[in-house]
Amino acid sequence: MPENIAPQKLDVTIRINGKTYARKIEPRTLLVEFLREACDLTGTHVGCDTTYCGACTVLMNNLAVKSCTVFAVQADGADIITVEGLEKNGKLHPIQKAFGDSYGLQCGYCTPGLMLATHQLLAENPEPDEKQIRKAIAGNTCRCTGYVNVFKAIELAGRNMKGASVGD
Amino acid sequence: MYPRPFFYHRASSLQEAVTMLSQLGTDAKFLAGGQSLIPLLKLRFANPKHLVDLSFIKNTSFIAENQNAIRFGAMTRHAEIEHSALAQKIPVLHDCAAGIADVQIRNRGTIGGSLAEADPSGDWANALITLDTTVHCLGKNGERSLPLKDFVTDAYTTALAHDELVKEIEVKIPPHGSGGAYIAFKRSAPVYPSASVAVQLTVQDSVCKEAAIALGCVGLTSIRAGEAEASLRGKSLNEKVIETASEAARAAADPQSDMRGSADYKRQLVVALVKRAIQIAMRRARGERVEGSHLYA
Repeated sequence: MPENIAPQKLDVTIRINGKTYARKIEPRTLLVEFLREACDLTGTHVGCDTTYCGACTVLMNNLAVKSCTVFAVQADGADIITVEGLEKNGKLHPIQKAFGDSYGLQCGYCTPGLMLATHQLLAENPEPDEKQIRKAIAGNTCRCTGYVNVFKAIELAGRNMKGASVGD
Repeated sequence: MYPRPFFYHRASSLQEAVTMLSQLGTDAKFLAGGQSLIPLLKLRFANPKHLVDLSFIKNTSFIAENQNAIRFGAMTRHAEIEHSALAQKIPVLHDCAAGIADVQIRNRGTIGGSLAEADPSGDWANALITLDTTVHCLGKNGERSLPLKDFVTDAYTTALAHDELVKEIEVKIPPHGSGGAYIAFKRSAPVYPSASVAVQLTVQDSVCKEAAIALGCVGLTSIRAGEAEASLRGKSLNEKVIETASEAARAAADPQSDMRGSADYKRQLVVALVKRAIQIAMRRARGERVEGSHLYA
């Protein structure tokens, strides 16, 4: 695109954690940048920015996606859940609590992404075995924990959520 | 990382998408799931002036059975195929879909996008080539259908015209007594495989009547291991026969040394994967339910 042409600006409306955000953005804006820069929701992290590490994982219409690899315009009209949407009325979500109780994090950088990948897993399968847990978070890299406590946290979250709705 | 600026266009039908691309010219590209294209745009390996987004078009994501075939809308996500009971009728489809990259990418990436990109390390083209697969395309002159083997012509190159897209993929259900397997070997989930193998065998009274073996990631396109296939036909599938076939597959592979391993390593990998895939295919041909999918280092 020649530089003397003004960039295209598009109206995009995305529902994030139950609240509607309408913004005017360039089409090249990535969903993760939309969340962090346009909506000031900085809980979603940029890790590798190359579709590998999963730190930027959010739920888009209940499915885990890497928000560094979705354009915000593609999420127009979608429902997004970020880590900020897990806590309700000052009470941690069972997944957040389980990650804390099981020491399923150290530096915490990958944790928001891991918890949202966990959210999709437990919504589909509240009692995953270790193989299923490994498969569900294979797209999330953690450089601290060695994953063992992450697996424990996910099992614990599943147990604590049994009977309760995952969306709560 | 940002892509270069581009103009974004949202198509409301496949026909409109084709017309848009045709009018916008060769600086325009289709955007499907974006799991390969967006990384390429961010690295600025691809710099289109216009993107025509296909993801808001209705009725492009479906899995349906018709006349002994399973049809997929081009925008069907890998995860939808992974979880489809219908797709389980052809176990190779599940083998492939359930192991592509990771959950997040399977939720976005599409079967049509994967075939149209024709990455030599992509999974779908190699998994589907041993089956009777037809690619239904839509261009400004209407629809046409190509067998998959004529669709992928080279690395990152297909028979699609610039303003033509994949509309549907149709895979014939193999006959009774036929079994297949697709195995890819990866260092970790989100990366492309180092090598992949698809096998389809028709077995009658424990004699192999028909065999198809395809090797992925070890050439510019999926490679059919013709000698390996021939070495199985008419034989009872014992260890020695499988050994001979896997050695013939080693000779057919044409890998390059890169960050995923040396050429010799990948040939060795092909041998091991062909053996495993034949064993799973044999058992499935007998009607056994066997789990098979991507392997991790």
